[in-house]
Formats: sequence, structure tokens, C-alpha cells
Amino acid sequence: MSETPKWASEPFWKKVAVWVTAGSFLILVILTFDTLEQTKAGGKRVPAYSVINKKIDYQFDKKLNKFMPVIGGEELLFGKIFTEEEAEQLVTLGKKTTQAKNCMNCHTLLGNGAYYAPDLTKAWLDQGWLTVDLREEQMLKFLMDPEKNARTFGTGRKMPNLDITEEEARGVVAFLKWMSSIDTNGFPYNFTTIYAEDD
Amino acid sequence: MTNMSANPETVTENTSALKNKLQALHSWAAVDDSTLNDGQKLAVKYFMGAVILFIFQILFGLLAAAQFIAPNFLYEILDFSVNRMVHINAMILWMLYGFIGCTYWLLEDESGTEIAGLKFGVLGFWVLSAAITVVVLVYLLVQTGAGNDTTLWLINEGREYIEAPRWADIGIVIVMLIFFYNVVMTFSKGKWSGIAGVLTLDLVALAGLYLAGMFYMTNITHEQFWWWWVIHLWVEATWEVLVGVIMAWSLMTILGVSRKIVTTWLYIEVALMFGSGILGLGHHYFWIGTPEYWLTIGGFFSALEPIPLVAMVVHAVYDSGERGFKNMNHPAMAWLIAHAFGNFFGAGVWGFMHTLPQINLYTHGTQWSASHGHLAFFGAYATINIAFFYIAIQHWRGNVWMGADSPNSWRWKWALALLNIGVLGMTIALLIAGYEQSFIERAIGGSTWGGYFAAQTHPSFMTAMHWRMLFGWVTATGLGLLVWDLLTIGKGETRKAEVITHSE
Repeated sequence: MSETPKWASEPFWKKVAVWVTAGSFLILVILTFDTLEQTKAGGKRVPAYSVINKKIDYQFDKKLNKFMPVIGGEELLFGKIFTEEEAEQLVTLGKKTTQAKNCMNCHTLLGNGAYYAPDLTKAWLDQGWLTVDLREEQMLKFLMDPEKNARTFGTGRKMPNLDITEEEARGVVAFLKWMSSIDTNGFPYNFTTIYAEDD
Repeated sequence: MTNMSANPETVTENTSALKNKLQALHSWAAVDDSTLNDGQKLAVKYFMGAVILFIFQILFGLLAAAQFIAPNFLYEILDFSVNRMVHINAMILWMLYGFIGCTYWLLEDESGTEIAGLKFGVLGFWVLSAAITVVVLVYLLVQTGAGNDTTLWLINEGREYIEAPRWADIGIVIVMLIFFYNVVMTFSKGKWSGIAGVLTLDLVALAGLYLAGMFYMTNITHEQFWWWWVIHLWVEATWEVLVGVIMAWSLMTILGVSRKIVTTWLYIEVALMFGSGILGLGHHYFWIGTPEYWLTIGGFFSALEPIPLVAMVVHAVYDSGERGFKNMNHPAMAWLIAHAFGNFFGAGVWGFMHTLPQINLYTHGTQWSASHGHLAFFGAYATINIAFFYIAIQHWRGNVWMGADSPNSWRWKWALALLNIGVLGMTIALLIAGYEQSFIERAIGGSTWGGYFAAQTHPSFMTAMHWRMLFGWVTATGLGLLVWDLLTIGKGETRKAEVITHSE
């Protein structure tokens, strides 16, 4: 029997396993601190909740060579200006409603979830709401009575009635509007927003 | 276990009735408890729980798949969201049950001593099973709640894979701590080995990571960031290492591979698995609002992720080939080989195919992910758990011969074939659907709702969904056969299994 060379020995690989694991985890922790700092609500990548008072669009940026959220001037939600706290409260209600109603097991949010229903990442900007003026009302009506207001585009798939109250529906709309303002590194690509025809 | 609030007398009555039924089942199945040590007795409880949850997984998977074809089926009774949630939750839980069972199974043999804290372990099993029953009943009967914290605490947290309400989260953590206590105290009392060390550290990580998913955050970028700490770091790091441990132990047991070889391989696999898997987490951080450096880090490390899986295939095939595929448990060995290849193709190749950012921009959030998910979870985790069920049942029937020439061996062979063909068929069907979706919805349709529905109604998508349904039935048939086989294999067999000598 020949001696096991060092590179094939048990103690060598034990050390490698420990150091590689510890090293990778340390890098992950450092990057986590940085990422959480850069993605605080109110930062550059994830806007403050009061962005729901503004016009949000999503357009191709030639310099960056990717699609970027474009935050414009005032465009009130439900005809009202929300303070930072009020906006956070409403978005929180909306986010909790999306969890309480289990939206993610049909829809995707930021591309994560199930694939039975459309992605909600930029749902606020979708042309499916027909016009900018009709959008809010359409969304509220749809959320509160999805069966009667369903447009299934020939799939036959309808959202079930989830007993969403009007207040919760407003929260969901605010949440979707806020989510559409997040810089998602160009995802989804080639998206045509509801504002496209105005330009 | 649903009447937890009933008075103590009924509980005692129910328990003894349950015990009688279990006894009847034991004698019918010709299993012999005296062949098991205490850890193994606890393990078979988990294995039975795992098989029951496996059946639930497939059942609700069939319902969800049917709704793609007939959307009105069970509309507003059991909607897709409910079926799909039960489908994926049952999958995670049966795999966890399987892993916990495997650990309890090897604990006494590996440590050379009796299990520590057995009472707590048994209590933990019943608490966990009761909790799961309640959670599932709430999922099915209550389904959703108002948009407030009460719902998140009592009904559903609404986040894919970790939907369990918060009270159950806390319960799961307590049960995991008991499990961890059993493992560590047993090894401390007996002897430590390389396998024991890797297992213990892996369980620390597994239990610790679950905590990252227990908080509510309005900032969805932060929330999904931590959510992936649980999902990815479980499935693509700690679970992979756990199956490495189980594989190492299984190869020693049924092939007689030397401990030195499996331990060295195990360390190599840990180094590669954590070295690629921890930062491979970045492939989930491309599009959720996180900084751009994740595109590079995630792309690079996730491309490395298949490498440890190649090591695993080499390991398994080399070890069995070296012994001329001579082993004492043919079905278990067949499933271990299925695991080696399934893990490599499902987790490795299928994962790699769509995690480069340039590709993922179009495939993220399409049936592509479902295709990868099906083959990866089956190939990496279902297979090795099934292999272990066969190791356990052989022992439980008094270590009888279980070979390719046994009576009724067609059952395990057909179960093996049907389950693998079924899952592979679903994977290919979903892959076709995913390609079509990436092309029509994403590339052409710009990911609008119009683009989404154009893809969902396209004939090639609908055809793929029909194929998926068909192969779902094949899978279900395979599962039926598997359960039948596990209940009967080796029954009445008088030949003893060959004794495998360790070449230490």
C-alpha cells in the first residue's frame, strides 16, 4: 500500500471544507450588510413609500442599456397626497393583504412565486388597465370582485373572490404602485407601459 | 390528532386504539420491531409520516396540474393557490421528515451508543405531526384571512414555500431544537466521527437559517432577500450537504465502502457544495431590487454549483462499480444511483441552464423554474429518501435478502421506472412550456399581461400542460406501486441479506 498523498488525505479536505465554508459565509454576511443598506426604502434602488404620490414609468435607458423606473411629477393615488407615514401604512396594509390572500401561489412578485397568473412586478404600469384615467377604478373593481371583472384572455383562468375589502384593495393598489418603482436591474425586459401611447 | 382540545380520557382511548391499529399493521406487514434500536423506532415514525405527506404532495400536484387544463375545476372550493401551496409544502415536509428519519436511523450505529433524550424526540414527532395536521386543515378549510397580523400568525404567511403561520414556525423551531439536542447529545455521549461532525454543523445551519424567514417586512426587496436565505441556503446548501451525509453512510452500509474514503469524499463535497452554494445564492438576487454586483457573483458561483454534484456521481458510481455493483439491497442501490444522476441533472444541469443572468432575464418566473424544480427536488431529495426507506424496511423485516431476483421484484423495478419516467416527462413538458413562455411572453411580448396570456393560450403551451398532466399520472402510478412495494417487499423472505464486510 502506498502512502496517501497530502492532497488526497482526509485532514487536508477537512481543513479545506472548513475554510471554504467560513470564507464564503463571511463574504455573504458582508455583502448582506451592503445590500440591505443599498435597498432601504427611501434609497436609490427602492424608493420611499411616498413615491405613490408620483408618476412612475418604466423605460429603456440607452446609457445604462437597460429598462429603468422613471419617477416623474405628481400623479396622485385616489386623488390624495399621502404623507410618508400614511403612505407606509397603506403600502403595509397592501403587502399584508397580498400575503393574507396567498397571491404568491398563483402570481409571481418580482418574478418569484407561482405561474398560474401574471407577474405583478410592474402590474401598476400594465396596459391591461386600458387607460391611465380608468386604471385605479379598474384595479379596485377587479380586486373586490375578480370574477365579474375578469378578463381571462381566453385562458378561462379567473381569480377567485378573496373577500378583499375596499380598504385592503386600496392598500394592494398602493403596494403595486410602489413596487413598480423598484429598480429591478432591467427586469422585465422590453416592457411596454400604459404610458407608451402618450409619448 | 385533530382533537387536541378533547379531554384526557378520549385522548388515552384514541391513543390505545391507534396503538392497536399500528400493531395490526405491523403484523400484517411482517415487520419486527425487535430488530430496531430506539433511534430507528423513532426513524420509522418519521418515514411513515414522510410517505403519507408524499402521497399528499402528489395528490395536490395532480389537482393543481388539472387546473391548468380545466380552470373551472374546483374553482372557489380548492383554488389553484391552495392546491399548489399544499403541493409544495407537503413536498418540503416529507423531505424534512425523511432527512430527520435518516438521521435518527443512523444515530445509534454511528455514535455507538443509545440515543439521548429519546422521550423528547418522540414528543417532538407527535407535536410536529399534530401541528402539521392543524396547519393543513386551516389551509384547506379557512384558506385566507384579512390583511393583518392575525392572519400571518394564525392562517398563512403567504410567502411561497414558507407559508406556515407564525405559531407553527415557532413550533417547528422548537422541534428542530429537540432533534438537534438528540443528535448532539448522542454523539457527545458516544463517539464523534467525520460524518457526525458534518451532520451536526449542517443541522446548526439548517435550523439557524429558518429564523431568517420568520419576520414580516413591508420592504419586499428586504423580505425576498431574507426569504432566499431560507429557501436557497436550505435547498442548495444545507440539504445538499445533508444528503451527502446520508449518501456517505448508505454507501458504507450497503456497499461496505471504507469509512476513510467516504469521509474524505464527504469533506470534498462539503467544500464544493458550500463553496459554490453559499454565494450561488446570488442567482436569486438578480431582479428583486438588489445591487448589480449580484449579477456577477450570482452568475459565477451558480455556474460552479453543478461541480459538487459531479463529484457525487463519481463517488456513488465509483464506489459501487469498484464492488462490481455487488450490494445487499438492490432497490436501495438503484435509488442511490438514481439520486446521483437525478441530483446532477435536475439540480446541476437544469439549474445551470437558466441561472446565467443573460438567460435568466427571460426565463425567470416562467415554467422554466417549474421544470427545474420538479427534476431537482425529485432527483436530489426524493430519490435518496426512497433509497433510505428501502434500507430501513430491509432491516425492519429482519435483514432479509432484497435482490433483483426476489419474488415480486417487478414491483420495485416498475415503481422505480414509473416514478423516474413520470418526473422526467413532467420536466420535459414544463421545459417546453418554459421555452415557449420565455420566447412569446418575455422576448416578444415584453412581459406584459397581454404577452403573458398570449403565451399561456398558445397551442404548444397547452399541449405541454396536457403532457405534464399525463406524466403526473405516471408519477402517481409509480408512487402507488412504491407504497405497495414498501409494504410488502421481503415479506415471507427467509434468505438473509449477504453480510458486507467493511474493508477498513
